[in-house]
Formats: sequence, C-alpha cells, structure tokens
Amino acid sequence: MAEKEHILKSLKAGIRYDGRKLLDYREVSVTPNITSAEGSAKVKIGETEILVGVKLAVEEPYPDTPEEGKLMVNAELRPIANPDFEMGPPGEQAIDIARVVDRGLRESKALSPEKLCIKAGEAVWSVMIDFVPLNDAGNMLDAASIGAVAALKSTRFPVVKEDGNIDWDAPLTDKTLELAKEPIEVTVLKIGEFYIVDPILEEEKLADTSITIAVAEDGTVYAMQKRGDSPLSVEEIDKMVEIAIKKSSELRKFIG
Amino acid sequence: MTDKLKIKNKEIAVPGEVLAEGMGYVPSRGIRRADDKLIAEQLGMISIEGKVIKLIPLTGVYIPKVGDKIIAKVIDVLMTGWRLDTRSPYSAVLSMKDATSEFIQRGADLTQYFALGDFVLTKITNVTSQKLVDVSMKGPGLRKLRGGRIVKVNPHKVPRVIGKEGSMVVMLKQATGCNIMVGQNGLIWIDGTPEAEVIAEKAIIKIESEAHLSGLTDRIKAFLEKQGVKVAPEQKKAPVKEIKKKITGGKK
Amino acid sequence: MKRTDGRNPDQMRPIKAEVGVIPNADGSAMFQIGNTIAYAAVYGPREMYPRFMQDPKKGVLRCVYNMMPFSGHGERVRPGGSRRSKEISVVTENALRPVLDLSDYPNSVVDVFIELTQTDAGTRCAGITAAAMALADAGFKMKDLVASMSMGMLSGEIITDVNGTEDCSLGATDVPVALIPCMDKISLLQLDGPISRENLKKLLETGKKKCLEIYKVQQEALKKKYKVD
Repeated sequence: MAEKEHILKSLKAGIRYDGRKLLDYREVSVTPNITSAEGSAKVKIGETEILVGVKLAVEEPYPDTPEEGKLMVNAELRPIANPDFEMGPPGEQAIDIARVVDRGLRESKALSPEKLCIKAGEAVWSVMIDFVPLNDAGNMLDAASIGAVAALKSTRFPVVKEDGNIDWDAPLTDKTLELAKEPIEVTVLKIGEFYIVDPILEEEKLADTSITIAVAEDGTVYAMQKRGDSPLSVEEIDKMVEIAIKKSSELRKFIG
Repeated sequence: MTDKLKIKNKEIAVPGEVLAEGMGYVPSRGIRRADDKLIAEQLGMISIEGKVIKLIPLTGVYIPKVGDKIIAKVIDVLMTGWRLDTRSPYSAVLSMKDATSEFIQRGADLTQYFALGDFVLTKITNVTSQKLVDVSMKGPGLRKLRGGRIVKVNPHKVPRVIGKEGSMVVMLKQATGCNIMVGQNGLIWIDGTPEAEVIAEKAIIKIESEAHLSGLTDRIKAFLEKQGVKVAPEQKKAPVKEIKKKITGGKK
Repeated sequence: MKRTDGRNPDQMRPIKAEVGVIPNADGSAMFQIGNTIAYAAVYGPREMYPRFMQDPKKGVLRCVYNMMPFSGHGERVRPGGSRRSKEISVVTENALRPVLDLSDYPNSVVDVFIELTQTDAGTRCAGITAAAMALADAGFKMKDLVASMSMGMLSGEIITDVNGTEDCSLGATDVPVALIPCMDKISLLQLDGPISRENLKKLLETGKKKCLEIYKVQQEALKKKYKVD
C-alpha cells in the first residue's frame, strides 16, 4: 500500500509525520478538578483532548462480593470530537478504551475495593469513571488512562445523609480515595519493523499491531491488550513492554 | 444622513456587525445592505477601497467550481468510472472517457488505472444545479499522485499558500526541495525526503494560521531559514509587468 | 432581594467565551456562564445521511444537545439521549435556523454538536450561544449571531440568569430566551411556571438587553481568534 510505504520511508529516517522522534510523545498537559464532579481531570496530548469525570454513588454490593465497592469505566466517543464518530451506543473503540483502562485499574487493585465498603452486604461506594473526548487527534486511550488516575486522585467523597442517600447540596468532604496504585496505560504500535508511541490518527490506521500495557509506579505490569491481526514474537513483545515501562514513568510526572 | 464607517481596513468583521452607515458606501460580496446600514454576513477580513467595502472570508467549506484543479481521493470504483471525494459535501464522478488519453476497453479492470484510496490531481468540468460534479484527468499536469503525503488546509487559505503569481509555493518548493501540488479544495500534495516533507508541512500549517496577518512571506522565509533550509532571493519579474503597464496606460 | 449566590435580581453570572477550541471541527466555541459550561462543534456542510432526509433545495441544520455523564450537580447522568435532550436539540435548531442561509448547500447537512461539561441551569441557552459562535467560526453566512440566556421569576420578581438552586430547589419560573439582535426578534422562548402577561412583557424586554451583553462577548471572542499578536 502506497501510504504504508511512505510512512515506512519516514520512520526509517527516524522521524514521524509531525517531525517527532519515534518514541516521543506530543505535548502532554493534565489539569485536575475541571468540573464540579466528585473527581475530574482534563488531559491534552497534542491536539487530543479528553475530559474524565468520576462520579460516586451509594449502592447495594454485588451478591458475590458483599464487602467490596464497585468500579465502572465507560467511554463516550461523541461526534463532537471527530467527524467520523456516530451517535449511538458505545462501539468497538469506546468499549476497547473503557475495558482496557478498567482492567489496569482493577487488576492493580488501585482502588482497594474493601475500603469502599460502607456496610457489608448493604451499602458500598460505586466509583463511576467516564471518558468523553472533546477532540480526537489520536491516542485517546493513553490520554484516558492518565486522566483516570488524575481524576481519581482529585476525587473527594460527598456527604452521606442519615438515610443513606448522598447530600448533593453539601460541599464535598476532604476524604479522598487513597489510591493504592496508579497504573498508566501506554500504547505501543508496530509499523513494519518500527515501534512508535502516541500515534496520530493516520498512524493508528497504518499500524500492523499495537499493545496497550498498564504499568504501575514500581514498573509492574498489570494489564495488556494486543490489537490488530499481525502476530508478534516474544522478543518483540518484550521490547514493547520495555518501551511502555519507560514511557509510563515519563508520563507519570505530568499527573503530579 | 452622513456616511459613517464603523470598521477599519484589515479589521475582522463578524456576522451581523454593522460596518458602515449611510448610502455612500458600496457593499461587495459577503456584505448586505439593510436600510442605510451595511452589515457583514460572514466572519471575514474587511478590505476598504475607496467607497467599496469588501469582505474576505477567512474560512468555510469548499464548494466545487468549474475549472478548479483539485486533489481528490478515489472512494468508489463504478461500472464506467470512479467516484471521488472532493473534500466538499459533493462527490465527483470521473467517467472512463475522461480518465486518460488512452482508450479504455469496456469491461476493463478500472482499478488498473485508479484504485480505491488513490489521490489524483484533477479538473472540475461540470457542476449541475444539484451539485452533481464531473471531473476530467485530461489536461496538462493532471495525474495520479504517487507517494508523498497530503496536507489539508482551509480552502480559503489556498491563495496564500500559492502566493502572488505562485511566489509562496515556489519558495516552499525551492527551499525544501519537495514537489508540491496545491488543490483549490485545500488539499496539498507534498513529495520529498521525510525531513523536507515535515518542514514543508509545518510551513504550510503556519501559512494557514497566519494567512490574515501582514508580512506573511517574510515570516515564512524566516521560519524556513530557522529550520535550516536556504531560501533563494526573489526572482525579478518586473520587466514583463512594466511593458504591460505602458501598453495599458498603467490602468488596472 | 438578594439571591442565593448574592446577586441582584438583574445581575448575570460571570461569562466567558472562546472560539476555535476543537481543531477537528469546521467551527467550534466554548461558552461559560457561572458554573454552566457548553462546548459546540460544527461539522458541515457535509454529505447527509440517511439519504431520505436530504433536502434538494437547501442544506439541513441538525443540532444535538447532550450533557456529559459527570456534568450534573447530583447523580451521574446516564449516557444516551433522553426526551429532554431531544426536545432541547429541536428548540436549539429552531433558535439558530432563522439566521442561516443554507440554499448554497443542497442535499447536505450541517451538524452542530453541543456538549455540556458542567451544568448549573441555563444549559440550553449556553449551548445556543456557543453554537452561534461555532457556526460563525465555520464560515457560514449568517444574518446575525444568536445570543441566549435564561430569565426567570422568583418571589414575584423578575430575575436575570436563573442558577441551578433557583431552578431546582426554589422553584423559580424559568424562561429561556434567545435574541437575534439585528432583527430584534426572539427565536427561543420557553416557559415553565406561572407569570402574568405584564411581567412576561417586562421580562422579555429585560431579557433582550441581557442577551445583547452576551452578544458583545460573542463578537469579541470571534475577533480574538484572529487578533494580531
């Protein structure tokens, strides 16, 4: 394919379409507390802009985990962000973003589900994270993941009334979520023989395969997702994990 | 009623803005008259020449026009031709007979000529009232664009990318060594080394965002030089123009 | 009467506008009034799907209003449209359509997407205000911008810019309006509470004045995008 040949020529010369080096991220900025929600953050990577919100609710626990709180992660890819997005229920891409970030948070036990228990068997906290991009210029997943950590860190619990309902008119308390881990997802793509991170839209379309890897502060990997139908060798996978671990510690600095 | 100008030359006007009062001023395209007021109809830059007020739109979608050379993408292969995305609400049809100077057999595999995803430099030959668009590949320079990359700018900025008598695009080509084709629909094809293409693309994006500012040529020249490419001195074209002036008495 | 946030009856909350905030869009804007923040993006004119909705005489304006799940003061807002958001989408279209001339774009659609990132009453008005700027930013021919704001009645007094507490807890009568300044005409009008004919007339006249204040901010935001540094 002509476009593939063209980008490989560029990658061989060591530069991306926008002049970046292969493993460079675009400019990253993270702003917590951008809405009145219990927790929130705005993340910008280049021209990609995502809003992340954390809403809390008091609910009955799941029957098989009576002392554990709940976590729900959702991505809404609304047409405001990209002329190709359509209205309707979450499609493949939205589900991918939501489930992969969810897995990183869940498997790393970032939220210590037991800490979210209010009354065993009766009431637990439900933490609901929503990603809504305002502009999709590629790499929404990494941006969503960084935003999730920033938003969770900024989250404060609301006041719970005597009757067990939340008092939405009262100001939020000072009680925070106290994250046990802060997993950041880094997506590494392979185009031909080259590895890149932080793809723009055109690069996402041309990648042979990609792996999103969730890495916590100590370098432990908690979740992975391989995309595309191009198979990888063990060495290649290891190389991509190495890149993800390195990049995650660089990205962590932006969360503060 | 005295004529009153409410806006200055080169200022930005917004829709609904009162530009002038009084019957002495003459509105041009993009400006409407309501009683004795002249009102801007679009976001644009105001140009005042004597008593004529013009509005130069800063942005807007591309609408296919007969005679325009555009860069279009093949989005469908039909029975007797191809459908192209013109980067407007109206796709174009390239029929077999207008595709090439060779003779194409009926039933031939059309993808041998143009396949899905190919970009072509083509010319608009017809636009109906319902905006059905025909294009042709027969003409000087019209061809499939192989290799290279496509950059998108707002169609209203195309004149600035081309420059007066092509001066801007010539400067870009010479400084970066890239081959550059500019479509009236705002698609621009750049073909060169990877590094040179990046510089050319960045320069074009800069032209787009600063198109409304004065001294654009100097800014772009400075930008290119900062990237480490040499910009040749301006070619003198004066002699031809002067002769023309003498013949026509210097009148425009 | 001092209001819950200390404002006088005829005082608007602080307003802020910015144009060109969504690079992918053909035109975009953000409008904030108090704690209500609306983003609007315009995509179009572009090919209209489904085909049967095409109009061979002119382009079709299609607005979609949506509140982000974390935007509300209270429980999470379930994603997916509601009857309320559908209604607001329709009145938004009707408020904006009169200033547009889409006869140059037969069979096409102009999509306007409005997203509320934070809500504290006056959301449909903020959405319309942002959408008008976004349409201008996209280069459309417009008779004028459209400026919108929520007027109301509380304890027998006319109030400007109803906030969330007044709307929900205090049961204020809410009257969202939108003004087309050059026509001096109102293109959005809804009412949800008791009001006398006399008060309505006074309220609308005040509303027009207040909309003109918003109109000025819209104009400045559009010009600011192209300001010389």
